[in-house]
Amino acid sequence: MSVVAPETTPKEPVLKVEDMVVEFPLDGKRVVHAVSGVSFEIRPGETLGLVGESGCGKSTTARAVMQLPAPKSGKVIMNGVDLAALGREELRRERRHFQMIFQDPISSLNPRRKVADIVAMPLVIMGIGTPEERDARVREVLQAVGLDPDSSLQRRPFQFSGGQCQRISIARALASEPSILICDEPVSALDVSIQAQIINLLQDMKDRYDLSMLLISHDLSVVKLVCDRVAVMYLGRICEMTDSETLYRAPAHPYTAALLSAIPEADPTRPPKLAAMKEGELPSATEPPPGCRFHTRCLRAEAICTEVVPPLVDIAEGHQAACHFAVTD
Amino acid sequence: MSEPPLLQVDNLYTHFQTERGLVRAVDGVSFTLDHGVTLGLVGESGCGKTILCRTLMGLLPKSAKISPEARVVFNGHDLRGLDERSLREIRGREVAMIFQDPMTSLNPVMKVGAQIAETLIHHLRMSKNEARDRGIELLRAVGISSPERRIDEFPHQLSGGIRQRVAIAIALACEPKLLIADEPTTALDVTVQAGILDLLQQQQRERHMSMILITHDLGVVAGRTDEIAVMYAGKLVERSSTKALFANTRMPYTQALMESIPHLDQPTHTRLKTISGHPPNLINPPLGCRFAPRCSRADEHCQEAEPSLRSDDGADHTYACWRPVGQPPTRAAAEVS
Ligand SMILES: Nc1ncnc2c1ncn2[C@@H]1O[C@H](COP(=O)(O)OP(=O)(O)O)[C@@H](O)[C@H]1O
Ligand SMILES: Nc1ncnc2c1ncn2[C@@H]1O[C@H](COP(=O)(O)OP(=O)(O)O)[C@@H](O)[C@H]1O
Ligand SMILES: [Mg+2]
Ligand SMILES: [Mg+2]
Repeated sequence: MSVVAPETTPKEPVLKVEDMVVEFPLDGKRVVHAVSGVSFEIRPGETLGLVGESGCGKSTTARAVMQLPAPKSGKVIMNGVDLAALGREELRRERRHFQMIFQDPISSLNPRRKVADIVAMPLVIMGIGTPEERDARVREVLQAVGLDPDSSLQRRPFQFSGGQCQRISIARALASEPSILICDEPVSALDVSIQAQIINLLQDMKDRYDLSMLLISHDLSVVKLVCDRVAVMYLGRICEMTDSETLYRAPAHPYTAALLSAIPEADPTRPPKLAAMKEGELPSATEPPPGCRFHTRCLRAEAICTEVVPPLVDIAEGHQAACHFAVTD
Repeated sequence: MSEPPLLQVDNLYTHFQTERGLVRAVDGVSFTLDHGVTLGLVGESGCGKTILCRTLMGLLPKSAKISPEARVVFNGHDLRGLDERSLREIRGREVAMIFQDPMTSLNPVMKVGAQIAETLIHHLRMSKNEARDRGIELLRAVGISSPERRIDEFPHQLSGGIRQRVAIAIALACEPKLLIADEPTTALDVTVQAGILDLLQQQQRERHMSMILITHDLGVVAGRTDEIAVMYAGKLVERSSTKALFANTRMPYTQALMESIPHLDQPTHTRLKTISGHPPNLINPPLGCRFAPRCSRADEHCQEAEPSLRSDDGADHTYACWRPVGQPPTRAAAEVS
């Protein structure tokens, strides 16, 4: 067996998010603290998973990376370019490099348009290619996602099943040859059998087009299968981030441990378990708890947790956690 | 002699006449459910799970037609022979249902307490005060903290998980003999899901109710049911104890479903096994076995002749397949020809 020589210059991340903050104003003076200082990076060819309960800020994070809308503060650096520093026109040109697919495959496609126009749309908006080049590209990506171009180009979304619509949105996202694909719950609305097809397709597309991906999901089994590294989010903040294998084997943050404990396993010999945390649900993002935002539900919380925000720090090589009592081995 | 089953369904067909043709939502279903048993009903969306249960509840839209020869015997009453008034008495009192979206059974403009009281006053003839006290008890029983305060709140003031608990409290109010839970946790986070499923299981045991738990998630039913019925394209295709279904799967569709879900012990970037194609259209389902067009074991016989539910272990494990998993493919076909 040959030993791979260590790279002398580690590859620059394709996406670097630094201390990103997104807030939504609410009736006058109150504010929804949707994303409160999130930092992460994605390296070339890597898939980063973003997990957490609904309402914790996953979609808002994805949209802020896409500059839809731009974050209140913090940096989003895509292939070395700080998106916040770009003018409207420059941003529009930059968009070909990062594309997004959404949870609801049917409503994210314009029902009145033909598949040919839907998939070509990003190219038209970004002014990429001649009409002939665009047609060729549309055919290529439709083929790549497993749809027959000849029979699908002239049809409209309602003539396709949910799984096929998700294939169409993936084709649309791939049309402009992006380097980053952001997938927000891409399989949550699909049936298990179709879900497996789309998960395989995303992994194939990643290999074929050298993509880096951000995959948002509340399904921890899907994330484990698809992602190289995982960031766990709780109420607007990242509480743990490491490679998937470590995260699932040895979670350091009590919230990660709680999430993992509740995954239902399709195995009748393993008794189901409750989430290892206090009863109750995600607190309001309008008045997030002081100190560690998880302390109100945490079984390990002590006085310091109610007052001092734990920073996200390295607890081991490539493993960060934000907890005063992180488990380390 | 053993106790007769709580529920016996024979030859049930529920069809919808639509502009595009006749939709065979439930297409020849027969099964029994014993007292105190939890049955998981699983299958991909659109296979008829909800319509089957709505048929049992007598909660169908007007356009639905039930086969005249169908029999639904619940606790000794043939529900098909009952008029709407008697049905309404049974529904809510002896059989109750909760839905994926709790707002389906909650009234948005009525306080939680009034909604529980309504059921108690109607079915159990309680006084207003008795109903309020009983309502508080029920909210406490379903794990809602400070029920005295919650009882005066409106549904929109509650989170999704608490709303589902309220819907469960209402369903349990009259101590039903059968509770049908239609995807009760599909819209909830895993952290909340486990709590709701535990609650249902605990209530089912304490009250010795029977329960039908509908889901498309095999992970949910694996640890929470005694028996499982797998549905495909309007029909039951496999039925057995939960243990046997997982340990000794016979129907290729069931096996394919199990294999297509990601497991935590798979390493990252494993390719999932998939089922090709998608479930059939229920207006024109395939002749023969409805799963045959997607089945890797299917042969000509499967395309032509429809298999019925049968058992070959002389016990309760039944399946509808000519070429079941776990035995040489030719044997089952040879047996019948
Ligand atoms: N446009 C908006 N206006 C106000 N609040 C919003 C808006 N979008 C999201 N939020 C709030 O921000 C928080 C994070 O939401 P979201 O990013 O959608 O979470 P997730 O995707 O993790 O479920 C939630 O409290 C949500 O209610
Ligand atoms: N009111 C209706 N009119 C016509 N078809 C219907 C109606 N309701 C349900 N169906 C059809 O009946 C089939 C079974 O639906 P359903 O029982 O809701 O599936 P499941 O609960 O398994 O997802 C589906 O094909 C659905 O489209
Ligand atoms: Mg979201
Ligand atoms: Mg349903």
